[in-house]
Amino acid sequence: MNASSPLQVAPAAGTTEGYNFGYLDEQTKRMIRRALLKAVAIPGYQVPFGSREMPLPYGWGTGGIQVTASVIGPADVLKVIDQGADDTTNAVSIRKFFNRVAGVRTTEKTSAATIIQTRHRVPETPLAENQILVYQVPIPEPLRWLEAREAETRRMHALAEYGAMRVNLYEEVARYGRIAKGYDYPVEVNGRYIMSPSPIPKFDNPKLDNNPALQLFGAGRERRIYAIPPYTKVKSLDFEDYPFTVERWAQACALCGATDSFLDEVIVDDQGARVFVCSDTDYCEDRRKQGFRGAAPDALAATASGAS
Amino acid sequence: MTALTIPTAAGLAEPALASQRVFRQALEAMARPGTVVGTEIVLAPPAPLSRAAGALILTLADFETLVWFDRAAQSAADYVRFHTGAPLAAQTADAAFAIVADSTNLPPLTAFALGTDEYPDRSTSLIVEVESIAGTGPLMLSGPGILGRRPLGVHGLAPDFWHQWRTNHRAFPRGVDVFLTAGARFVALPRTTTVET
Ligand SMILES: [Zn+2]
Repeated sequence: MNASSPLQVAPAAGTTEGYNFGYLDEQTKRMIRRALLKAVAIPGYQVPFGSREMPLPYGWGTGGIQVTASVIGPADVLKVIDQGADDTTNAVSIRKFFNRVAGVRTTEKTSAATIIQTRHRVPETPLAENQILVYQVPIPEPLRWLEAREAETRRMHALAEYGAMRVNLYEEVARYGRIAKGYDYPVEVNGRYIMSPSPIPKFDNPKLDNNPALQLFGAGRERRIYAIPPYTKVKSLDFEDYPFTVERWAQACALCGATDSFLDEVIVDDQGARVFVCSDTDYCEDRRKQGFRGAAPDALAATASGAS
Repeated sequence: MTALTIPTAAGLAEPALASQRVFRQALEAMARPGTVVGTEIVLAPPAPLSRAAGALILTLADFETLVWFDRAAQSAADYVRFHTGAPLAAQTADAAFAIVADSTNLPPLTAFALGTDEYPDRSTSLIVEVESIAGTGPLMLSGPGILGRRPLGVHGLAPDFWHQWRTNHRAFPRGVDVFLTAGARFVALPRTTTVET
């Protein structure tokens, strides 16, 4: 957009004067926005885009940051989670980054956020229609472990030629009695594309299915964007004789007593004592505020936080 | 709400805000097909371009995207090119975006870029001006982005459009995606949407 663009906006009350917009230049944002629209129109298909160099190492989630930067506006409230926690160095830095370059409000509450950027978890609190979940993706290609050549995986997606992958998964079942893959467990989107859900535990896979929120995936190093529209069928790959199952724990969360959340094992003292606590810190705190208590509600007092 | 008039010397901040807002509506529209959104963007594109069509093309096009104009939309071509730097597409099949002001003379959807099996994203996004759009009406939409079914009413499309749309839908993952625009309102139809007439 050149400086003489007639595109104007009637600002909402309280818009900060001199609002500085989200780090990326307009041309880069437009390119990513076009890719996002095509990604939504072709659920589960990886749209290539020209990634721009970000002032962060790739492991930081540059793909997710670029997607967030292209989507976010002054009315948004941003939440950033890393392994379920809002208070890791990564999550705090990304929130600060957007607060600085886009002036947006941030939150740790899942229900208060309009955009949630995540690495490795889907929040336990169900998402709503007004929310966008942005996943940081290290390896977008679900067939890469099977086939190293990009031209070949692209051809496999083009022809929906997923037989080899299913055979491979089945061999794993035959060997281990179950599908060993606990993270980044592949899904089929809208009955067509096989997609990597990013390294979330397969515990989270069912949350991708028929979700009211829009789910966007950004891979910075490989320059791919893909999406799952709201209310879209997402199926974890499985077999008739080996149906898909998620992790279960014998314990409840030691802090809040939850039996329906993904638990992390945490060492709580120098004697090596361990407890299981919710990986989703906001969910756990919310439950405790509501009065729920686990078997050892003070277990983490010494470590100050549920982050593993 | 008061409209903010920005002198051209004010720089990029406000166009950036405006395009963010328009894009977010376009994303919402594409993610929830059949949802009628209204842009509050202050814009006065030359006839026959509607405010919604103008806002969409100014937000999404630039020097990297070829734009095709139907004969009725030719009078807006200079405006769009001036503000976006987008080159003209000589053929419908070359276009990243197509602006169709006379929807009753819409070229066959198959004349536009449908993408390839390997790159279905390399397809035309159409912006088609219609007489009116309503969130109620005889059309029944279903598919990704829609919980159950969503009604839609559109006036001003050629009678065979929905027949063509079925063909477009069946070509998935190839196909075009469409924005229908009327005044300040627009609605999106991604190729995944099934439309019962
Ligand atoms: Zn808990």
